[in-house]
Amino acid sequence: MSNTSGFLFSSLGKKVVMGATGLFLVTFLLVHCFINALIFFNDGGLTFNIGAHFMGTNWLIRTMELVLFFGLVLHIVQAAVLTRENQKARPVAYANPGGNVSSSWYSRSMGLLGTLLLMFLIIHLAHFWVKSRFTGIPTEDANGHEDLYAIMQETFKQLWVVVVYVLAMVSLAYHLLHGFQSAFQTLGLNHKKYTPLIKKTGVCFSIVIPLIFALMPLAMHFGWIK
Amino acid sequence: MSHGNMNLTLKVWKQKNKNERGRFETYQAKGISPDMSFLEMFDVVNEGLINEGKEPIAFDHDCREGICGMCSMYINGRPHGPKEGITTCQLHMRSFKDGDTIVVEPWRSAAFPVIKDLVVDRSSFDRIMAAGGFVSVNTGNAKDANNILIPKDDADTAFNAAACIGCGACVAACKNASAMLFVSAKVSQLALLPQGKIEAKNRVLNMVKQMDEEGFGNCTNTGACEAECPKEISLENIARMNREYLGASLT
Ligand code: SF4
Ligand code: FES
Repeated sequence: MSNTSGFLFSSLGKKVVMGATGLFLVTFLLVHCFINALIFFNDGGLTFNIGAHFMGTNWLIRTMELVLFFGLVLHIVQAAVLTRENQKARPVAYANPGGNVSSSWYSRSMGLLGTLLLMFLIIHLAHFWVKSRFTGIPTEDANGHEDLYAIMQETFKQLWVVVVYVLAMVSLAYHLLHGFQSAFQTLGLNHKKYTPLIKKTGVCFSIVIPLIFALMPLAMHFGWIK
Repeated sequence: MSHGNMNLTLKVWKQKNKNERGRFETYQAKGISPDMSFLEMFDVVNEGLINEGKEPIAFDHDCREGICGMCSMYINGRPHGPKEGITTCQLHMRSFKDGDTIVVEPWRSAAFPVIKDLVVDRSSFDRIMAAGGFVSVNTGNAKDANNILIPKDDADTAFNAAACIGCGACVAACKNASAMLFVSAKVSQLALLPQGKIEAKNRVLNMVKQMDEEGFGNCTNTGACEAECPKEISLENIARMNREYLGASLT
């Protein structure tokens, strides 16, 4: 075990932290998307509020919320450290930096996409999380659950909010498009048989999940669901 | 295009030594044949400069057949120019058009300081090799070649990794100036073979440590290295090194 501490501070170790926290955040997205998609039952938010109530009161979920927060901070801090190091590794820039011939623009823009997502996240937490956890939700639905659904409807009445959310989901899609398969490569999980499958799954995930998320503000704003 | 009638404008990085800041200078390359290699074009330009009593452009080269890895030139935004799977010495002028302006820069990396013009110091690669890119064997009589049996697949994969010529194009292409493709090729070529397995753990730990100390950046899996590598070294080697490193660190 003599190398374990050095591991976390090595270039490869830091990347493993990025990949592992990234994959953990992917599982969070999956759960979050699934619960939120309950709004599409189009029952005035009754089913969705049950889901939200469960997520807000279950002790296991609440514990995972802390782990999630920790994972997110680690992912962001590590990204900042790595970005700084990488900038130092090329002190003089190329006059002609080359284009998209040998790599995709989004794989080179993970920091930018991530920063956009962080900005979105702050807005997003202020919209919903702060209300449901701290300041409280004023109304209840027919089942006597806090009416988070009503807050969503209220929030998405504003067009600028819808625009910001949809754009953020575009950033998320590109962030995932590189990040998903990249995490597996970093963890050394590369295999002739499975890598193509991982890549395809990554592409599907990167399109489907942000799309479902983006449909939520759109559906509410344009009254597709009531 | 017939012989000797290509005229090109070159924008080349000129830098006296490690400490000078450097700048671009413009040169005219006249009467260039499309059948010349990129280095031969530079020879023609340099001959002209010498005849005029000016200082020629310094550039690295040795074998001129794609095996030594010396001819480091970052041409129009790409290491070794616009073609895939070749070095600068294997690039021909027919890949350009008459009247083109070509921008030529040295490899840009903190770990590859510019010595003069287009010449960089890649001894950081040598130090990484010295940290573990070898197998320790007792000298004596050469053993019979088939003493140790090696599966054909392993031999081929190891050989493909060993095709790396240490040119540094992977570092030059990477937005992070990371040396992962090079180091992973060198780790892989030995880790895949029985002779190399014995020291595999320490090898990967020491080589990565040296890589970090040299000031190379961190890999973000953009894949630019693989796309620009003249020997088409595969990203699978990086995954293998990650695996080896993870295993060696945790056990
Ligand atoms: S991996 Fe490819 S690009 Fe990098 S040093 Fe080896 S041959 Fe050159
Ligand atoms: S001069 Fe040897 S590879 Fe180009």
